Amino acid sequence: MTEQQDELVQLVGPDGEPVATEANAPYRERAARYLLDGPGVTDAEPAAQRVRGLYRDMALVRRFDVEATSLQRQGELALFPPLLGQEAAQVGSGRALREQDYVFPSYREHGVAWTRGMDLADLMPIFRGVEHGGWDPAAHNFHVYTLVIGSHALHATGYAMGVQRDGLVGTGDAARDAAVVAYFGDGATSQGDVSEALGFASVNNAPVVFFCQNNQWAISVPTTKQSRVPLARRAGGFGMPGVRVDGNDVIASWAVMDEALERARSGGGPTFVEAVTYRMGAHTTSDDPTRYRTSDEEESWRRRDPIARVRAYLEAHDAWDDAREADLQAEADELGEHVRTQVRAMEAPPKSRLFEHVYATPQAQVAAERAAFEAYEAGEPASSPFEGLLETTGGTR
Amino acid sequence: MTATAVRPAGPAPTDLPRGVVPMPFAKAITAGLRAALAGDDKVLLMGEDIGALGGVFRVTEGLQAEFGEDRVVDTPLAESGIVGTAIGLAMRGYRPVLEIQFDGFIFPAYDQITTQLAKIHFRTAGRIELPVVIRVPFGGGIGAVEHHSESPEALFAHTAGLRVVSPASPQDAFTMIQEAIASPDPVLFLEPKGRYWEKGDVDLDAPVGVGAAARTLDHAAVVRPGTDVTVVAYGPTVHTALAAAKTAADEDGTSIEVVDLRSVSPIDVPTVVASVKKTGRCVVVHEAPTFHGVGAEIAARVTEECFYALEAPVLRVGGYHAPYPVAKLEHDYLPSVDRVLDAVDRVLAH
Repeated sequence: MTEQQDELVQLVGPDGEPVATEANAPYRERAARYLLDGPGVTDAEPAAQRVRGLYRDMALVRRFDVEATSLQRQGELALFPPLLGQEAAQVGSGRALREQDYVFPSYREHGVAWTRGMDLADLMPIFRGVEHGGWDPAAHNFHVYTLVIGSHALHATGYAMGVQRDGLVGTGDAARDAAVVAYFGDGATSQGDVSEALGFASVNNAPVVFFCQNNQWAISVPTTKQSRVPLARRAGGFGMPGVRVDGNDVIASWAVMDEALERARSGGGPTFVEAVTYRMGAHTTSDDPTRYRTSDEEESWRRRDPIARVRAYLEAHDAWDDAREADLQAEADELGEHVRTQVRAMEAPPKSRLFEHVYATPQAQVAAERAAFEAYEAGEPASSPFEGLLETTGGTR
Repeated sequence: MTATAVRPAGPAPTDLPRGVVPMPFAKAITAGLRAALAGDDKVLLMGEDIGALGGVFRVTEGLQAEFGEDRVVDTPLAESGIVGTAIGLAMRGYRPVLEIQFDGFIFPAYDQITTQLAKIHFRTAGRIELPVVIRVPFGGGIGAVEHHSESPEALFAHTAGLRVVSPASPQDAFTMIQEAIASPDPVLFLEPKGRYWEKGDVDLDAPVGVGAAARTLDHAAVVRPGTDVTVVAYGPTVHTALAAAKTAADEDGTSIEVVDLRSVSPIDVPTVVASVKKTGRCVVVHEAPTFHGVGAEIAARVTEECFYALEAPVLRVGGYHAPYPVAKLEHDYLPSVDRVLDAVDRVLAH
């Protein structure tokens, strides 16, 4: 087990300058594929391409986020939880995943969804009020959003225990060995379910990563009211490594997650990652951050914007230019248009959905109430909802 | 075993006992669990103290030794964790069978059961099935301390997406636990702990139903036919109702028909209605408090469906709107043969 470090792992500083310390050396080595300078880097172009990829991911995800927020303001969505400011933590960690890994998100992981290859418009039915889930979890190994804080940390742990039983851990086959990730926030660390998940994961040595985005605010309550110590220290008591990473540094987020996933897939057990970031926007479109935090604080984090940081890193190495930026903005506008068009076309499901998929097998109570509902809708005279059932089961009346 | 359909995977359970064997209620469940474990290697048991100890009621006795620690899992002492991790295992294709040690200890898991386990199938528009069984020794009568004698079924029956069942005989316990494990829907399986030691014949070759039409746990049973009054019961009070029926028949020739619901969610309304239309009178008996209880639901249904056949209001016999009492008073709280007969007399007085 690694020793508990309160110090943040950081590879690129807020102004885009490389950070090289004794402490981050293992992560620099791990993240070599993204480094544009430093020992051993002779041809930076392949790395520059990769970093441009991360920058593109983050810019597109932010464009989606802005579009969805506007759609809510236009009345097209009932609600939207923006990820504004958390793009690096999500894209960096998400790009470390392999296809066979499985993600249990909370409800703000739009950037992770993007890295899983999802069409971001598919995240919208929940917030338009036409689906509770909205996508097939198996299509991209990305579970539906869980709204109850922390509950899914246990589902991820159980799923990882299943992966373990299926013999998909520690085989050494990179295409098979799998890890499971639970994404949650600083507020969730106060939930009993998260502590129980850490305990179950630890004693089972389950291949799961707990990726906590500490965005400083659980709606209006600051992290200081959730914990007296850095959240990553929770890990020590449960017997697993805890790592703090600068969640606004996309390359560091990738490196820390890559290490944690490798540990999980190889049979080394769970890891707790605390990605220190900032929710630059509101908790949701219904929230009003002016009631609980200062504009000075917001400004200080705006100077640490994760997207500006990557761009500065690229520009400092002559790896970005205006033409590329113009192309990217055009692509972002296309994405915005796509999401807008898709959302406006999403219609309410048929009324029969009230009664569908309550159970996997027919259930008499649901069948009876559905029959009564349909009779009422059809304007038929009131009758016993159990009338038909009595006949089919042959009751002796 | 005749029900090969519920045992698609795993080795043939050739070494399982066969034939009709008398056994205590608790051991009938053990036999059902053993058959399920032998028949499908995706079946897992999880719970507190269920391994070397065999559970505090010894229902899982010997199973860890036989099937190993990965299939009969001693979990950390955390009920929400047990249910929450079982949800993840079920998503991965496993069929977890959980033991909650006592009824009063289920509430730390209440959120996972009602908010997640019951709703994920609906939330995902049917894409995910969660075949999780939660076994709970429930009910009173064993002289226990607080939290060890409760009947929380109504709190769960109110949640769509869950099935809530309770066997009343060793035979039903053997069959219904296997049907619950084979069910693609989550099942709260309430075991009347006060009846754990009562013996009955169990046909170990009895068919295990697949699908609603064939399943024992979807159908109420008329366990004693009668003509004057219908007494509806489930779990531990079926025995009480049968004893009351025998006493009534012996003492004054009153003919009580006893209906064992087996399932409180859903309720087999047609079987109850058919009985009440025949007798014209209905008494519902359960250990849980009557206020907002299963009996209220049955009374409402019977009133809707049997209004012109009813000779008397539907009466309920059950616990009071007070926390479960101390052991020395529990027999004043629980429905007794006398209290059932008192209700029968009152419906007959109309």
